[in-house]
Amino acid sequence: MNSSVITFPGSNCDRDMDVALKKFGFKNKMIWHDEVELPKSDLVVLPGGFSYGDYLRCGSIASKSKIMKSVLNFAKGGGKVMGICNGFQILVEAGLLPGVLLRNKYLEFICKNVFVKVNNKDNSYFRDTKKNTFEFHIAHNEGNYFCTTEQIKEIDEYNQIALFYSDKAGNVNEENNPNGSIKNIAGIFNKEKNVLGMMPHPERMIDPALSGEDGSIFFANLINNLK
Amino acid sequence: MKISVIITLKKDVLDPQGKVIHQTLDGMGFDNINEVRQGKYLEIDTKENDKKKAEEKVEEMCKKLLTNLIIENYKIIKSQ
Repeated sequence: MNSSVITFPGSNCDRDMDVALKKFGFKNKMIWHDEVELPKSDLVVLPGGFSYGDYLRCGSIASKSKIMKSVLNFAKGGGKVMGICNGFQILVEAGLLPGVLLRNKYLEFICKNVFVKVNNKDNSYFRDTKKNTFEFHIAHNEGNYFCTTEQIKEIDEYNQIALFYSDKAGNVNEENNPNGSIKNIAGIFNKEKNVLGMMPHPERMIDPALSGEDGSIFFANLINNLK
Repeated sequence: MKISVIITLKKDVLDPQGKVIHQTLDGMGFDNINEVRQGKYLEIDTKENDKKKAEEKVEEMCKKLLTNLIIENYKIIKSQ
């Protein structure tokens, strides 16, 4: 399985993602934002970080970079594109996912482990996963998912919510909402479910000695599903 | 020609920064405030000298990059 991680100026989770993808069997290539063509890929990842210093709006400048034309075409052709954290912000700014990520409700940069509940397993990212909730890490200032009432109706209609912030048992309520996101949304799909954006970082949970193993479970399952 | 644009958050979008500014002003004794909303101001100096054309271009820029229309509105406030 071939993967590509796009590095934008200010990306800082690109190498962690590279380590994670390789650990679970992907042949990964790092692609600079200024490239025009994507190499042949089964998965394209937009990593976390602070592309362009979060100027204008988070992800807005990166969403217009040269490589994004290829990423848009790849996604429109059904290619799997995953955006983590800043990558999620880039995907909404690029129009591949609905909505937008606002400043966290209580104006704090949040850096902690959270539990997320999987809402939809009928897709390449979560199919066959035995877990219903994952413990992942979040680290963001703008993770407050927001969209219009028309958009949320459509998101529900097409079952586009991927992950909810929850507790360990999978209870989704305001108490477990770290940033004010509508409906506790931590991640969403496009209608076709080939594009996934999420605020949590599975690539930070691939080593039990350092953090946890839920990321390992996620990546091992993902590569199996893509085979 | 210089085009000035202001970008504001839509009415129903939460503006936590505006709220904090409001609270701080309140604490300083400016207690007559109903609400504070924070926005952005951009000045675009363009080579286009035709006012109508320049404004049209800036509108296109607003739609494509400068604003996110889910949460923001833009208004050209000055062209000179």
